[in-house]
Amino acid sequence: MTAANSTNVVLDINNLVVGLGRKADAHRIIDDLSLQVREGETLCLVGESGSGKSVTSLTVMGLLQKGTLVPSGGSVKLVGEELLTASDRRLRQLRATRMAMIFQEPMTALNPVVHVGRQIDEVLRAHTDLDARARQQKILAMMEHVRLPDVERIFASYPHRLSGGQRQRIMIAMALVLEPKLLIADEPTTALDVTTQKQILTLIRDLQRDHGTAVLFITHDMGVVAEIADRVAVMRHGRLVESGPLDDVLRHPKMEYTRNLLSSVPSLVPRTPRPETSEPVVLEANELGKVYRERSMFGKAREVAAAKDVTLTLRKGRTLGIVGESGSGKSTVARCIVRLIDPTSGGVRLAGREISDLSRRLLQPHRKKIQIIFQDPYRSLNPRVTVGESIAEGPINYGMPRKDALARARELLELVHLPPDAISRYPHQFSGGQRQRIAIARALALDPDVLVADEAVSALDVSVQAQVLDLLDEIQKRLGIALLFITHDLRVAAQICDDVAVMQHGRIVEQGPAAEVLTNPQQAYTRALLDAAPGRGWDFANFRPVSEAAE
Amino acid sequence: MLGYLLRRILAAIPVMGVVALFVFLLLRLTPGDPAAILAGDNATPEQLERIRTSLGLNEPIYIQFYTWIVKLLHGDLGVSLISNKPILEMIGPRLEPSISVALATIILSIVVAVPLGVIAAWKHGTWIDRFVMGLSVLGFSVPVFVIGYVLIQIFAINLHWVPVQGFRSISAGFGPFFERLILPTCTLSFIYVALIARMTRASMLDVLGEDYVRTARAKGIGETGVLLRHALRNAAVPVITVIGSGFALLISGVVVTESVFNLPGIGRLTVDAVLARDYPVIQAMILLTSGIYVAVNLLIDLAYTLLDPRIRY
Repeated sequence: MTAANSTNVVLDINNLVVGLGRKADAHRIIDDLSLQVREGETLCLVGESGSGKSVTSLTVMGLLQKGTLVPSGGSVKLVGEELLTASDRRLRQLRATRMAMIFQEPMTALNPVVHVGRQIDEVLRAHTDLDARARQQKILAMMEHVRLPDVERIFASYPHRLSGGQRQRIMIAMALVLEPKLLIADEPTTALDVTTQKQILTLIRDLQRDHGTAVLFITHDMGVVAEIADRVAVMRHGRLVESGPLDDVLRHPKMEYTRNLLSSVPSLVPRTPRPETSEPVVLEANELGKVYRERSMFGKAREVAAAKDVTLTLRKGRTLGIVGESGSGKSTVARCIVRLIDPTSGGVRLAGREISDLSRRLLQPHRKKIQIIFQDPYRSLNPRVTVGESIAEGPINYGMPRKDALARARELLELVHLPPDAISRYPHQFSGGQRQRIAIARALALDPDVLVADEAVSALDVSVQAQVLDLLDEIQKRLGIALLFITHDLRVAAQICDDVAVMQHGRIVEQGPAAEVLTNPQQAYTRALLDAAPGRGWDFANFRPVSEAAE
Repeated sequence: MLGYLLRRILAAIPVMGVVALFVFLLLRLTPGDPAAILAGDNATPEQLERIRTSLGLNEPIYIQFYTWIVKLLHGDLGVSLISNKPILEMIGPRLEPSISVALATIILSIVVAVPLGVIAAWKHGTWIDRFVMGLSVLGFSVPVFVIGYVLIQIFAINLHWVPVQGFRSISAGFGPFFERLILPTCTLSFIYVALIARMTRASMLDVLGEDYVRTARAKGIGETGVLLRHALRNAAVPVITVIGSGFALLISGVVVTESVFNLPGIGRLTVDAVLARDYPVIQAMILLTSGIYVAVNLLIDLAYTLLDPRIRY
């Protein structure tokens, strides 16, 4: 890690206030925020969603939506130059030359209809007098610098032809091609798989070391913080909670909020295994396969095997995790098991009954035995239907009288720790965590034997994630339900699963008790996944490195 | 690309076949005897019979269709029941006015409407936006013929800037051709501008919220570059779609405009044929407009693939 020996302050934010609208008494999104980033230093700005991290970065860049969010006090200085009062023209000159930014979603941050090389070229054309040839040479060199392969081909490629990691490298090349003093990275690895994330973090750190760039790194992920930060600043509700050198904040957090935040980070060390049970098997998948065929009227059909020979067994009251990176086939398997999509080969036995070949109509009575919770609670609940109706709809479909179904909905809301009056409210009146509780209540309404959770906590902040995981655990103990837990997050898997299946390219590469697979992996891929997990050296909840815990 | 073009053209053949069958049946099965119309009210049954035989109206309907389609494929659109002239000869000279007005309208509309839409989206929520949207409502709600007569009153009768009506071929010189094209084009453009401007604004508003627009701004690119290079190109696909589907609107608009400005185009020919139940002419006109419509849609699909590399062909 590059120590911040230099005292050259690149970014100096003092008592910044950003309000919602122009009025003097406007709600403050950023309230009295002060922080500095020095040359060659990485400051990690951490906080949960809505804490004001991104607004801070957009304020620095001058990219706040005009008229909606308005900086109303304090100062933001870039190498001594005040930015809040700078003209639009001056801000444009400073962008990409003195300060640059990379964003969370490499999939959407690049213009889909322009070659990526040209998109980098735009920076040079806007800010330099170089001729076409010199510009192209500089771009190709920069693309090699960010370790892109086959740069000439990629130069002339459209973004959709590149992987997420490659796109983020393009973004980094674009941001750093003019060697700005300050790089703002807003959750740049959140949308990437762990192995890609590790590469991108290494790249940012290496580039920073070579060029002495000051980096303001925004993240919600303590693991990433541990990997990359020199100093850490914790934000909450638009205010700075505390800041300090990485080691100090992780070992001796001063504020209660920071302690809670760290305690919520699930440990990569698996929880103590529960004793094996001889409860009946409720779900079995036998050599399950799903092949997608792309038909065309004249051309050749294309086949993609999204899942191959997947065999799983789940007993009553147990939790089986399916882990893997995006595109590994986890969600395909989950959807085949729930019969949201039809498997093309193999079988699924639910409570002893083969369901993979049942027609929609014959499947109907079995559907209630297996229910699914989806990743994004903002999109999985119908916004125009009250929470109570959403929960009661399933039982009513299965013939329960409406009155009883609504009474049941009320009980379930209590079970997931929501107030009974939530029943007549709409999804938008709830936070993400609350919505996921509603989704859980909806899934439980049919008394299923198996609950499938497809990345059910991935969209939630760590503290909320911890609560939802606790809730699932509690429900499992009370109802003896079996849980099939799909996740890309090994920390979450370590804390909730009894058994784990690791998937890659549609196949299971390793399967066994979580405590074994996650501590003593037999397959190279599982090892690579574990190695890439950010912050694996830290036991955040106990405020110490893992190495010290072992002593 | 060439393969895609070929596939799309092949796929258009059954479409045109269905159109041909539909057009043929629709007209033959509607009440009203063409022979009776041709012969007039005082005709004897013998006269009617003679006309039917000479026109093949006595044959079974599938034979009539077969004969018709074979002739069609040989470029023979038949003979008008009224004027006895080959239809191809009737359409030929009437294409120029119609195509001139239609093309001029499309060009004028795009040139006016797209910038209006872009500016309205860029200045979203300001008086400029409201003004453009107000114009658009006006364009939708005022009928084409009213706009036509108002424009004639102001620019032809009061100001004498342009001729009231009529058409001159471009072979008679560009000046006379152009000045007679101005009013019909402006008239017809009104509704088209309203449509395209509205769609451009909506599409731009969507795109301006996209991450890559933020990226472009973060690169320090000027607003013009952001709007044109990044936003507009991405906003273009729905706009192009509307331009294409608005073509149907244009065809019906041409009919009205040609009547108002006394242009000898295919719109007028169609109206006259419908009023006189001149079946062969009506069939030819519907086939022609359907053919144009299918061709325009093909062009639009090709434009998609050029505008957006993610659309595969």
